Amino acid sequence: MQLKTSNQSVLQKIAPFIGLFLIMTIITILNPDFLSVSNLMNVLRQVSINALIAFGMTFVILTGGIDLSVGSTLALTGAVTAGLMASGVDPIFAMLLGLLLGAILGAINGIIIAKGKVAPFIATLATMTIYRGLTLVYTDGRPISGLGDSLTFQMLGKGYFLGVPIPVVTMIISFAILYFILKKTTFGRRVYAVGGNEEASILSGINADRIKIYVYSLLGLLAAVASLILTSRLNSAQPTAGEMFELDAIAAVVLGGTSLTGGRGWIVGTLIGALIIGVLNNGLNLIGVTSFFQQVVKGAVILLAVLLDRKKTT
Amino acid sequence: MIKMTDISKSFSGNQVLKNVHFTLEKGEIHALMGENGAGKSTLMKVMSGIYTRDSGTVEVKGEKVNFTSPKQAEKAGIAVIHQELNILPHLSISDNLFLGREETYGRTGILKNKQMEKKTRQILLDLGLDINPTDPASSLSVGKQQIVEIAKALSVDAEVIIMDEPTAALTDREIDSLFKTIRELQKRGVSFIYISHRMEEIFSLCDRITILRDGEFVGERRISETSFDEVVQLMVGRELGERYPERKSTIGDIKLSVKDLKRTGCFENVSFELRKGEVLSIAGLMGAGRTEVAQSLFGYKKLDGGIIEFDGKKVKIDTPKKAKEMGIGYVTEDRKSEGLVVDFSVEENVSMTNYEAISKNGLISKDKERKLYDSMVQRLGIRTSGPDQAAKSLSGGNQQKVVIAKWLGIEPELLILDEPTRGVDVGAKKEIYSIINELAERGVAILMISSELPEVLGMADRVLVMHEGKITADIPKHEMTQERIMHFATGGGKLAVEDQ
Repeated sequence: MQLKTSNQSVLQKIAPFIGLFLIMTIITILNPDFLSVSNLMNVLRQVSINALIAFGMTFVILTGGIDLSVGSTLALTGAVTAGLMASGVDPIFAMLLGLLLGAILGAINGIIIAKGKVAPFIATLATMTIYRGLTLVYTDGRPISGLGDSLTFQMLGKGYFLGVPIPVVTMIISFAILYFILKKTTFGRRVYAVGGNEEASILSGINADRIKIYVYSLLGLLAAVASLILTSRLNSAQPTAGEMFELDAIAAVVLGGTSLTGGRGWIVGTLIGALIIGVLNNGLNLIGVTSFFQQVVKGAVILLAVLLDRKKTT
Repeated sequence: MIKMTDISKSFSGNQVLKNVHFTLEKGEIHALMGENGAGKSTLMKVMSGIYTRDSGTVEVKGEKVNFTSPKQAEKAGIAVIHQELNILPHLSISDNLFLGREETYGRTGILKNKQMEKKTRQILLDLGLDINPTDPASSLSVGKQQIVEIAKALSVDAEVIIMDEPTAALTDREIDSLFKTIRELQKRGVSFIYISHRMEEIFSLCDRITILRDGEFVGERRISETSFDEVVQLMVGRELGERYPERKSTIGDIKLSVKDLKRTGCFENVSFELRKGEVLSIAGLMGAGRTEVAQSLFGYKKLDGGIIEFDGKKVKIDTPKKAKEMGIGYVTEDRKSEGLVVDFSVEENVSMTNYEAISKNGLISKDKERKLYDSMVQRLGIRTSGPDQAAKSLSGGNQQKVVIAKWLGIEPELLILDEPTRGVDVGAKKEIYSIINELAERGVAILMISSELPEVLGMADRVLVMHEGKITADIPKHEMTQERIMHFATGGGKLAVEDQ
């Protein structure tokens, strides 16, 4: 939206696409198998969980916030949903409760940040520990399995729709809805406004606290969606699920060109950012880079992207 | 001292300076005037080495120079004091003064604090400021911080000091003492380049004046040989006419009535009435509590007591949202930090207060948004390259109009304007006055906070004067004089008693 005015920003917008294209080209040259349909579907499926979280993270970061607790939120909602299902609760009802729980955990973050005036980094650092702790208490540190054979639940992580994995379909639908919200609704506009200048927003009659609580709730909800997909794929809920997911999500947002100070950015970039990370993970495996060294490469790519971004803006 | 000839400069094809001349003599105070966007700042940035010129020559003391960094200009004796002061509030005054060139024991990096504090004290005493050098800089008023900036410039042996809108945030008393300091330094041979929009100040302080318009040199005059009208005409390129346009409004019923408003530590016993179609001004010194009263009326700051009646009904205004819904608008004092989202486009800024009007079920209608934007641009004469232009790239006057536009969209019944023309050029100022008049004529009640007394005298039907959180006078138009307002603003209570 407001980025469309100057040439500099146009560059900023297409940079993630160029980056993705370059990385894909290099990997394809080193191993042409990368471009096979089955592998690409695989990449998309691997990306979907991170992308869902990163979409929500985009909203949070656009308001000038950050959420470190998403990984723990994912683990706790997954564990509770699985626990309910294992104890015989109707799977669909259990999943809905899981989604509700995700939104509530997010709302708690939002309330602490907006009403308690706690810095988002600190607030969610604390809830990250709390939510993870609750997960361990609830699961007693053990995975929850025996989740029954509800078709809806099984499809969520493992099914296909017209040859496309369901998680990918979920990701695409979520993306479309969230893109629309950011672009076309007053809520989306207010998200940008609060991140761009909170004081001016409040003085324009915008309820900034409410916007913040909504974006953290939205992120919590999306983390819960991701947790359902993950739980379905693994057919169990792991108490350690989602560790470090917050960092991959933040990395995707940043790679996509959204400013960590808020007010500037777009969700299309985030999708590309998530794809870059996914392609790297998959491609580095394909070309035989050891998993230890993969981390080095991933970090370097993120650093490089941000440094290039700096160059352009100054 | 400095001679700039045929200076040209363009940014990405956009020429902002065209063959500009500028000369500065030793020991003179030289005003640089022009509307926003006339090229004043660019010229000064060329002089101080922040920008490099495309063509032309710069001579300092007869020698041609090519500064490529501010550091070089500083070495040649040219110092700039920016509008936003370079003061680090948590550091001590002495630390600030010696920032970047601290005195140390050899190369050890260990500071000679005592020695620097002693020097600081001496330098500031020289400038007529008796303060403790170890106090944090934040404990100083803006006016005193400005003097610390001057001291900083002097301590690097600056012979030319460029000041950009130095008085924008100062009270009249602080301005007086700043001018005293400037004149004192002038006697010692220091030259000043003084950028300001305030005519009164320039005519009382400066010796000569150079006027730019649209990046071109349009004239240089001795202050003693020119007049307000001539300068304004040179600046805007046309006859501007009366500075304060006439208003034909009929003052109607009471719109707002407040009794004994109180906010602990800010103001108390604030009572007044404001009628439809009336322009009520609040005058006073910086820190008198004027802005806080406005913010409390708008629900941005909490009240600790008092009664607000709106249209005769008792109301509680606890959020800006509520104030907006009641039909109250608030054009804030600081447009960059409180008024605009600078990264937003002009259109997006105008929409900020009007989401209800331009949307249905939470969906923004692009049509309605554009219509609102178009009507505001037309009504207020906002000069933009289009709806997508970023607000940050507008001139000050146009930015201010955008902030006003935000509030016109809600069709306010009461509009609070806090320093509506600060940092705005003469042409835009008059346009803003016309907008205020038009609103008042439509019956909108206007509450205008202003530190510019000529503006208060020119615009207000009535003025409330505040001093240290209390209203010390309520003066109708025919009794207003600058002296009278200043008297009450500085806490002179006796006159009030004699008056009654």
